[in-house]
Amino acid sequence: MRFGIAVFPGTWSDGDCARAVEVLGHQSVRLWHRDGDLQGSDCVILPGGFAYGDHLRTGAVARFAPLMDSVQEFAAAGGLVLGICNGFQILCEAHLLPGALTRNASLEFRCETTWLRVETVDTPFTRDCERDGVLAIPVSHGEGRFVADPSTLDRLEAEHRVAFRYVARDGSAVGEASPNGSMRDIAGIVSEGRNVLGMMPHPERAAEPLLGSDDGMHIFRSVVEAVAKRTAFTVAP
Amino acid sequence: MTAAVPVSDATLAEVALTRGEYELACRGLGRVPTEVELGVIGAMWSEHCGYKTSKPLLARLPVSGARVLQGPGENAGAVDIGGGLACVFKIESHNHPSAIEPYQGAATGVGGILRDVFTMGARPVALLDSLRFGPFDEPAQRHLLDGVVAGIGGYGNCIGVPTVGGEIYFDESYRHNCLVNAMCVGVIEQSKLTRAAAAGPGNLVLLVGADTGRDGIHGATFASVELNEASSERRPAVQVGNPFLEKCLMEVCVTLAGDPRIVAMQDLGAAGLTSSSAELAHRGGCGIEMDVSRISRRERGMTPYEVMLSESQERMLLVVRPQDAASVQVEFDRWDLHSDVIGTVTDTGRLVVSDGGAVVCDLPLDLLIDDVPLRHPEALRPAGLDEALSVDPFAMTPPWSMGETLLRLIGSPNIGSRRSIFRRYDHQVGDDTVVLPGGDAALLRVRGTAGAIALTTDGNARYAALDPRRGAAIAVCEAARNVVAVGATPVAVTNCLNFGNPEKPEVFWQLSEAVEGMREACLALGVPVVSGNVSLYNDTEGVSIDPTTVIGMVGHLEDLERRCAAGFGQDGDSVLLVGPVGMDLGGSEYQRLAHGVNAGPRPTLDLDLERRVQSAVLEMIAAGLLSSCHDLAEGGLAVALAESCILGGRGAQLSERLFALGAPVVQAGLLFGESQSRFLASSAATGVGAVRAIARRHDVDVRELGTTGGDRVTVIDVFDLALIELARAHAAALMPAR
Repeated sequence: MRFGIAVFPGTWSDGDCARAVEVLGHQSVRLWHRDGDLQGSDCVILPGGFAYGDHLRTGAVARFAPLMDSVQEFAAAGGLVLGICNGFQILCEAHLLPGALTRNASLEFRCETTWLRVETVDTPFTRDCERDGVLAIPVSHGEGRFVADPSTLDRLEAEHRVAFRYVARDGSAVGEASPNGSMRDIAGIVSEGRNVLGMMPHPERAAEPLLGSDDGMHIFRSVVEAVAKRTAFTVAP
Repeated sequence: MTAAVPVSDATLAEVALTRGEYELACRGLGRVPTEVELGVIGAMWSEHCGYKTSKPLLARLPVSGARVLQGPGENAGAVDIGGGLACVFKIESHNHPSAIEPYQGAATGVGGILRDVFTMGARPVALLDSLRFGPFDEPAQRHLLDGVVAGIGGYGNCIGVPTVGGEIYFDESYRHNCLVNAMCVGVIEQSKLTRAAAAGPGNLVLLVGADTGRDGIHGATFASVELNEASSERRPAVQVGNPFLEKCLMEVCVTLAGDPRIVAMQDLGAAGLTSSSAELAHRGGCGIEMDVSRISRRERGMTPYEVMLSESQERMLLVVRPQDAASVQVEFDRWDLHSDVIGTVTDTGRLVVSDGGAVVCDLPLDLLIDDVPLRHPEALRPAGLDEALSVDPFAMTPPWSMGETLLRLIGSPNIGSRRSIFRRYDHQVGDDTVVLPGGDAALLRVRGTAGAIALTTDGNARYAALDPRRGAAIAVCEAARNVVAVGATPVAVTNCLNFGNPEKPEVFWQLSEAVEGMREACLALGVPVVSGNVSLYNDTEGVSIDPTTVIGMVGHLEDLERRCAAGFGQDGDSVLLVGPVGMDLGGSEYQRLAHGVNAGPRPTLDLDLERRVQSAVLEMIAAGLLSSCHDLAEGGLAVALAESCILGGRGAQLSERLFALGAPVVQAGLLFGESQSRFLASSAATGVGAVRAIARRHDVDVRELGTTGGDRVTVIDVFDLALIELARAHAAALMPAR
């Protein structure tokens, strides 16, 4: 299968994502922000970085890139889109996902390992994970506090669209140790069609035990399996 | 030629030239310089660009070695790290700007050092920062710290280069002159190393990247005078960074490395277009002609003088053949970057600047670079030094029990955990950081090889305040020990000399001694100096900082599997002291904390012993005998023990009775003394014999102190502390109450 990795001016985790895909033994192509051609990608990754210098607001300029028109169409047709960090911010600005990512509650940038509880395995991005399993995956952001109005949050929960929640290492509530103060400790969500995932932590940084964790590979592996089986994704009863 | 201006004292002060230097320039030129020329000469002859005080001293440093691919003289140094790859690195100061405007000062310091590395074509893979501030408990200092850390993060995090290490010290000496030294490390195929020497008269000169504005004018001369109360009015001399632009510029430059269309690349740093164009042409033995009217401006009404001296960031000069200019410009267009053809390479050996038709500057490059009037100030050993050195540290009774002392030291700002700082830096992007900040040296794997590079910065100025020569030598040794502790062989050094006003005889003596100490240690350990930077005039209201030699070191580890960590790796291991038992309390952190002084004999240093100990440890790690290895530094043996326990998440029991003998001050000396040439290691009990055999071969002492394991850190009959208590104190050190 083929991953397409978006490159906006200011993107910097395209290389890390390509490496993670390579570790899995799959191919990737870079998708230049000015081009609308997805080059036959089975899954489009919007990687981390500071697209267009985060000018105005994170993701606010990137959503207007020609590439994003194609990503919109691709997503509408059920294509898999994985937004990581800045990619999550772009997806929210592009209204492919609800809510917004705002300044960390600490008002500081945070780069550290976080622990994520898998809240649903009924997505093409988490099918290889264990329900309620805890993944060690680093974050690296200054604006990762997920916010949405209460009805949106309730709906996300009711529809099992919260993919990951920040927890303590042992799986208990994260409390004060939240890296960014996200509402309901949300670290990642999926779209209504479950084919778009946005997450602040960087699974591509947890791709090898040498670097501390390979838990992030569950997410890439899930995508590979999902594409291979082209399974229909439905909300869990 | 525009009319020459009559020169007043005020004008000379603005360009930081003495009247004698001005007259020398007039004689060399055979006429009075124009306004633009005067600005150019002032910048090129400043300490910052011309090294007029430090040049004769720096000539003493060893700069060659089997692995050196590029020594001093280029934008950065480069060494061979195997696999056909080069490691390119340099450290540079941004002290004065950071003292005035901490966020932008630090941010543009990072931006500048990144450009030095990618100008050589290398992709930056790591940043390190060596920082010095006044006492941590002073709100004004925390404000500076916060601004500097935010600035480093703001630039490095945005551009996607990990900040993997560095150090921070707090000391009264830096209250009015904080130090911000940034080091950048890049990797490139050796065949693609790009030089900054213009060639081929008729070739075109391209200015690419940001537009030119009025920011940073006189930055180079500003860095070459003392700070005072009016310094904050020089805020316009501080540049503003744009990491987004630099990221785009970096991507193009890295892509163009090794491209036959690129004759030379040179970044614009201190003194902007002036120094970059002059150095580019002079290195290649050429001349250069530029028309400033062709330069894209950020604002209207800029004079040629302002354009030539602007320090607007994120700009580069490229030399290309005329037939390649258009295709090279396409590469920059792709990233929405400006590129203007602003001039040509000539064979005249002159820097000629015109503004439309009119020539405003026509100077021989030799005058600007070779004829920098060197200063040979008087050197005088400071009068109070003997008195400080004669203090007997053992005459001062310890105020606290040894256990309490350790808790206080491990929780002190100079020793405690740096996590609250480094978690504000992206230290993982690039997915190569194997050893994260907090260990001895950062370790980055090198893609395409089985190896890794080890990176560190070091520079304890307390020893140097007592003895600048010994202090600088220790900085080199300590950096090398950090590299050795992870299993890597020290390869080469970059240095940043942070000193006061060298026109003061005492400061010049310190500078001269420090260079000598660095020379001795580099020779003894076989590590050449391949790049560096000098920051003088770190004085405020006449008071100089302590002489601070910061050493940035790169080491190489052939086989990443043969690395070693600083934390105790498993229970039941033997805890080993490799190197001598010592009790050097003079200049120690213990002394600062317990008695508030810095006095007494500075630590002894035997460079041959240092070399032998390092060789022995490298051999032990390569043989796979050590499950941990940590260098002994500030806080001595007890602090190293506590750190290895905290990092490894397990306690240790030292049964060695030596520490319990003697009076409390002797115990303090043994536990907290900062004797050099030592490591704290651990090894499976079955491996201790082999460790001893290696040590014997290198004529090095190994002493078995105790065993790892449990949840307490104990020295028999001296102290017995819960690991969790130590870990909490360590973690809280730099966490100010909000």
